[in-house]
Amino acid sequence: MKVSVIVFPGSNCDLDVKWAFEVCCNADVSMVWHTEKWLPESDVVVLPGGFSYGDYLRSGAMAAKSPIMGSVVEFAGKGGLVLGICNGFQILTEAHLLPGVLLPNVSTKFICRPCKIRIEQIDTPFTFLYKQGEVVNFPIAHHEGLFYLDDTSLAKLEESGCVALRYVNNPNGSLNAVAGITNASKNVLGLMPHPERVVHPLVGGQDGVRFFKGINEWVKEIRR
Amino acid sequence: MKKDLFGLREEEYRQIKETLQREPNDTELGLFGVMWSEHCCYKSTKRLLAMFPTKGRYVFQGPGENAGIVDIGSGIGIAFKMESHNHPSAVEPVQGAATGVGGIIRDVIAMGARPIASMDCLFFGPPDDRRSNYLREGIIKGVGSYGNCVGVPTVGGLTYYDPCYTGNPLVNAMCAGLVRLDGVVKSDTSKPGHVLVLLGSKTGRDGIAGAAFASAELDEAVKKSKPQVQMGDPFAEKLLIECCLEILDKGLIVSMQDMGAAGITSSAVELAAKAHAGAELYLDNVPLREEGMNPFEIALSESQERMLLVIEERHYGDVKKIADKWGLECANIGRLIEQDRFVLYFKGQVAADVPASMLASGPTIDWPKREPAQRVIHYPTKPQTNIDGKDPMSVAKALSELPQFEDKSWIYEQYDHMVQTRTTLGPGNSVAIIYVKEIDRLIALSAASDPWRCAIDPMIGGMETVAKAVRKLAIAGAYPLGMTDCLNFPSPEVPENFWTMSEVIRGMALACQELDCPIVSGNVSLYNESPQGAILPSPVVCAVGYFDDKKFLKSNEPNVSDKLFLVGSGGSLRASAFERTFEGRLSGPLEPLDFDAERDFCSRARKTALEAAASSGKCVGLGGVAMAIIKMLRQSNLGAAIKSFDVEFLFGEGCPRALYAVPEEKTDKFLEIWDGFKVTELGSVIKDGTLRFV
Repeated sequence: MKVSVIVFPGSNCDLDVKWAFEVCCNADVSMVWHTEKWLPESDVVVLPGGFSYGDYLRSGAMAAKSPIMGSVVEFAGKGGLVLGICNGFQILTEAHLLPGVLLPNVSTKFICRPCKIRIEQIDTPFTFLYKQGEVVNFPIAHHEGLFYLDDTSLAKLEESGCVALRYVNNPNGSLNAVAGITNASKNVLGLMPHPERVVHPLVGGQDGVRFFKGINEWVKEIRR
Repeated sequence: MKKDLFGLREEEYRQIKETLQREPNDTELGLFGVMWSEHCCYKSTKRLLAMFPTKGRYVFQGPGENAGIVDIGSGIGIAFKMESHNHPSAVEPVQGAATGVGGIIRDVIAMGARPIASMDCLFFGPPDDRRSNYLREGIIKGVGSYGNCVGVPTVGGLTYYDPCYTGNPLVNAMCAGLVRLDGVVKSDTSKPGHVLVLLGSKTGRDGIAGAAFASAELDEAVKKSKPQVQMGDPFAEKLLIECCLEILDKGLIVSMQDMGAAGITSSAVELAAKAHAGAELYLDNVPLREEGMNPFEIALSESQERMLLVIEERHYGDVKKIADKWGLECANIGRLIEQDRFVLYFKGQVAADVPASMLASGPTIDWPKREPAQRVIHYPTKPQTNIDGKDPMSVAKALSELPQFEDKSWIYEQYDHMVQTRTTLGPGNSVAIIYVKEIDRLIALSAASDPWRCAIDPMIGGMETVAKAVRKLAIAGAYPLGMTDCLNFPSPEVPENFWTMSEVIRGMALACQELDCPIVSGNVSLYNESPQGAILPSPVVCAVGYFDDKKFLKSNEPNVSDKLFLVGSGGSLRASAFERTFEGRLSGPLEPLDFDAERDFCSRARKTALEAAASSGKCVGLGGVAMAIIKMLRQSNLGAAIKSFDVEFLFGEGCPRALYAVPEEKTDKFLEIWDGFKVTELGSVIKDGTLRFV
């Protein structure tokens, strides 16, 4: 499997997600600098966590305008798998690949802790190795994680089964406790929690292993 | 009008005049003022610091460089150092703390290392004081916002409270980085002819002469001096880290120096001194943020997120290309020269021309010492008289209310302690454990400080500070490789203070020697005084430990029906949290340390962890055995039934002692390991979350 991790100035989970793909499925991971215009041949594109451009404007707003994003949007449009974690989720919403917006946490403070997440949809390339309704630990670490969307759109999002992950004890005040969503065709996932932080028994546990293994299996399936 | 000597003493000024054989101009005087400040040249402590053992089996780089390095095997080293940012944090807590974190990260990068973990040791006044609470909130925010953005996890630290920190909080930041030992950057490799390149942010008027500011007491006038506090930009720092590592990776760097205190001047002078060379700087080439800056301001600005690189001239184009990729300023601002001169050129004129070696070798001062007549601290707050000081339950409840014993998750949850996916044990534990995935090994970081005991008996307090950090490592299963220190004291010019400081350092040095834990880097912060008074002697240490195997013992995961054991003997209520709370004072004498017992304790403790003979182990420290029990149980919702002991036994402090929770089936093995050492069965872990004395 060929994975492209987009590196923005200020990305800081780029090497973590690379490691996760390598540890879990021995993937071939390329780091792609944000000023590139074209993606290398990829099965999956990842927008990693961090503080792209320092997040001094709105989180993810600057990164969404990076040269590489045109290519990412096109890749997603063709059905390619796109994964945005934390700051990557914020970038996906700013780039309009996903609906909604991530606002500052209700506490107005940065929150970093292990976090119980319920897998709400298992018919996605990212979650199909989990059980429906299964509760896993994916840690969170963010200041702007409150998922917000107007009522009508939110209802539509729920109806169409696009809420893929939900917090068990909503730590940041997200509407409907939304932790992660997909687009309608389910090839684009954005989530605030960090599955890449739980892929090794010595580092936080292994609840994230099936997330990355799942992506790998899905890609193999398509190839065949 | 009296001439502004930039903090220099009269005799220092005379010495400069004699050596130069002329009157120094203002810029030159400013250079000396900063380079000869306590902060830059350690003039009061140089002789004392020489007492520290700095060599050892695992020491790859001792003090003298930007950070020390210990060897963890497989060609990998840990570069680490701790530094204070006390004065700036007292004036502007958010920026002061943030730039403290930024500065220590750059020190680690300067060794060629990738920063992988930070710890923060914070000392505040009582949180119910409005100013103290404002400082505390700001400092925690500053530490978090900087570390989170820059992508270096804050994996642990300390918080300590005493009224003496009300006007002068302490912010000590430690950073550890990973470096390939064959890629360590040193400063003695640079030669005359090499070019000096300024990389990073533009230079502005922030933090001018901050080093001199850090070497004075914090009076009200100084507190108004916000321009002397630097502003942090963690995003720029993140770019700087990645850019430096990329330039290093391409083999384009000869040497590198962080621009911290005294900015361009101190980094260039230090680089020149280590190369036994001089330097000339072309200040017109420095990219500026503001117009109209004079040479003095440019040379001494402490604008953040800048590094000084030494490179070969032919590599400048390649370095510039990488800097452009990261969007960073990159300017050729000078070169190393053969002559022993430090020359600043500005607008075609010579702005300063003084001997480089003279700037780099500040004076040494031995202040007069005097042993204080009595070493008792009386607190004005009324002691707790409405509580029965003989009833363990009431005592435990009263102590739990001290801010020292609060649950610190509200602090560390504001820090990203997991980024880089290396955190095996994060904050909330006695030690932090980091997974070095590159070589599939674990290392541990522990921090310790005990100002109360240092105030009552500086020598023993100093020894215990070091011993505590080593005990914590041992209980987790690690042995010490090396240590960094941050020595926070009040003015050395008061004879009692200087005596206390000397004794503390003597005690620390002895313990480092005896416990085989050399000091590889460190920092001194003096003049920690405010109108509210002087701080207590507050040395802080952070040790790096190593595990033979990937086995370690946690401090807070006991099981129901585990037996609770105390190992070790001694401990007294002198200078303890108990005495502080119930008698409103701290007093001596303290029990001396027995290093044989310390070593014996540590080797048994490591064995306990290695053989998994317990489910949890915790060092007995502040608040004694009883508070160790409470802390061990806190995160588990479990309780304990403890046999009846007297208050001195339960709340006494000091001596190598540990609390262990041991499952029934492991009791024999546990007792075998500790055979010949004093072991006391305290009781057992129970299901309902209460502490009972039965």
